Amino acid sequence: MEGIKPEANDKLKMDGIKKELRNPSKATHQDYFGKTISYICIAFVGLLVLSILYFITTRGLATFTQDHVSLWAFLSGSNWNPGMLDSHGNPEIGALPMIVTSFSVTVLAALVATPFAIGVALFMTEISPRRGTKFLQPVIELLVGIPSVVYGFIGLSVIVPLIRHAFGGTGFGILAGTIVLFVMVLPTITSLSIDSIRSVPMYYRSASLALGATRWQTIHKVVLRAATPGILTAIIFGMARAFGEALAVQMVIGNATLMPHGLLTPSSTLTSQLTTGIGNTTMGTLPNNALWSLALILLLMSLVFNIIVRIIGKRGSLK
Amino acid sequence: MNSKAANNVATGVIYALVVAVVGILVFLLGYILITGVPHVSFHFLTSAAESFKSGGGIRDQLFNSLYLLVLTLLISFPIALGSGIYLSEYAPNNWFTNIIRTAIEVLSSLPSVVVGLFGYLLFVIKFNLGFSILAGAIALTFFNLPLLTRSIEESLEDVPDLQREAGLSLGLSRWKTITGIVFPAALPGILTGIILSAGRVFGEAAALIYTAGQSAPMVSYSNWNPFSPASFLNPMRPAETLAVHIWKVNTEGVTPDALQISSGASAVLIVVILLFNLGARFLGNWVYKRMTAAK
Repeated sequence: MEGIKPEANDKLKMDGIKKELRNPSKATHQDYFGKTISYICIAFVGLLVLSILYFITTRGLATFTQDHVSLWAFLSGSNWNPGMLDSHGNPEIGALPMIVTSFSVTVLAALVATPFAIGVALFMTEISPRRGTKFLQPVIELLVGIPSVVYGFIGLSVIVPLIRHAFGGTGFGILAGTIVLFVMVLPTITSLSIDSIRSVPMYYRSASLALGATRWQTIHKVVLRAATPGILTAIIFGMARAFGEALAVQMVIGNATLMPHGLLTPSSTLTSQLTTGIGNTTMGTLPNNALWSLALILLLMSLVFNIIVRIIGKRGSLK
Repeated sequence: MNSKAANNVATGVIYALVVAVVGILVFLLGYILITGVPHVSFHFLTSAAESFKSGGGIRDQLFNSLYLLVLTLLISFPIALGSGIYLSEYAPNNWFTNIIRTAIEVLSSLPSVVVGLFGYLLFVIKFNLGFSILAGAIALTFFNLPLLTRSIEESLEDVPDLQREAGLSLGLSRWKTITGIVFPAALPGILTGIILSAGRVFGEAAALIYTAGQSAPMVSYSNWNPFSPASFLNPMRPAETLAVHIWKVNTEGVTPDALQISSGASAVLIVVILLFNLGARFLGNWVYKRMTAAK
């Protein structure tokens, strides 16, 4: 230190401090590092969704762009036989039977499940919150946890024979599909309904009860009214799950690509046709492209369900 | 009918609906366990599956399910954790975050068969992976990501802001605050989320039929080299899981004892998922007690 003049020493010191103050600190670097990691992860998720939409859409549109099938013929035709040509020389790819079946099982399952779901939700929120949560919460979680193939297997070994005995026929069909899907969407609708009923403010109930209303009057005139947007959202989510469910339905629906003539005739949903067909067709051929178009319908319907949920959410929040 | 009577009737109806739902669950579990458990034996769990004669087991399927589950969690947890941290800690309130949130919602509501087909298109065909455990694990990751991300995000958000402020006021960077303070505090919730998603992944079949495939080739359990095609650790071999097996023996109808195999396999599947559910509850509570002063 002797060789350096005191001023120079000070200058060195000052330079160090200056550097420390002007340059980013270690903590800043850490933060950049962490931020980058989390941005990469989230970008990956976004990219993934975009590429799913892109790939399924381009493959699904190939039927119309490469094979020049008219969209209308695809949506309204009722003969599905992609390898064959009809009398006019057009390929027989009418997806209407599958579309009708998919929508029937979805709507029917939601219709059957909703009363049960609302009943359970009211029990857990209005009638017996403590016991309800203790015993019914695990029930709902277990119903969610049972895998779809197990539902399909029970449908196949219990529901289908039961329907066969009761109504005749093969037992496969929309009715069997509805029963299986009803149990599968029940927990979805129930848990979302519970959330929406719970979020109704307590003073609504107190006000109604103070006016002398009975518990049921309070429930159906006040609580359920206030919770309607949430319950509708719950039903739509349930329908989305039912619409996209593949294997459980495939095991009990019968997989005949025919227009359903009632609840008991074997038919085929979009998902069941996809699971049975994709393995038996060659990539790039018309029968295969037609299946990808079915996948595209599934994708678009899932987007539609999402949009409906958003609309309900917006309109519900305005009130 | 006066309002009191209506009240009683309505209460009765609600009770009846609840009893019906509980009855359905009891029936489902009872049916699976009563018909399935008698078929579960040591032999059933440890012998290979048979296609055309009866007496086959589920050894390979069970192992494939577990292996696929481990790989899926290994891939999906880091991504979900990063995304969860972004959404709960860094995400500014702007259009980009909105789009990302919408994308995650869309992904979580996509039918699993569509996710599976995307995996088939991209990995099995375009990247030429063939039907393989790796393709299956990636498809399951896509299927698992949105829910896992959301549960991690919620667990992180449940940590009070006071903790973050305390960390920041000590001069820690935000990243250090997250990894050192917020993440440990959110760990019980995150663990519960992982285990619950493990249950979902374990039972999933629709996304796997065309990614991990529907065949279980003979593998050797003494070959520990993951690059050898005969090794049980090789991620490039096709692998039929337990759930896919149940589906296949029921729809193909060539196995004479399909009913017994599927009820046994369903029982195994259900028991494992029950264990996951109980484990999630127990572990969450235990870690929470260990890490906090809560009694």
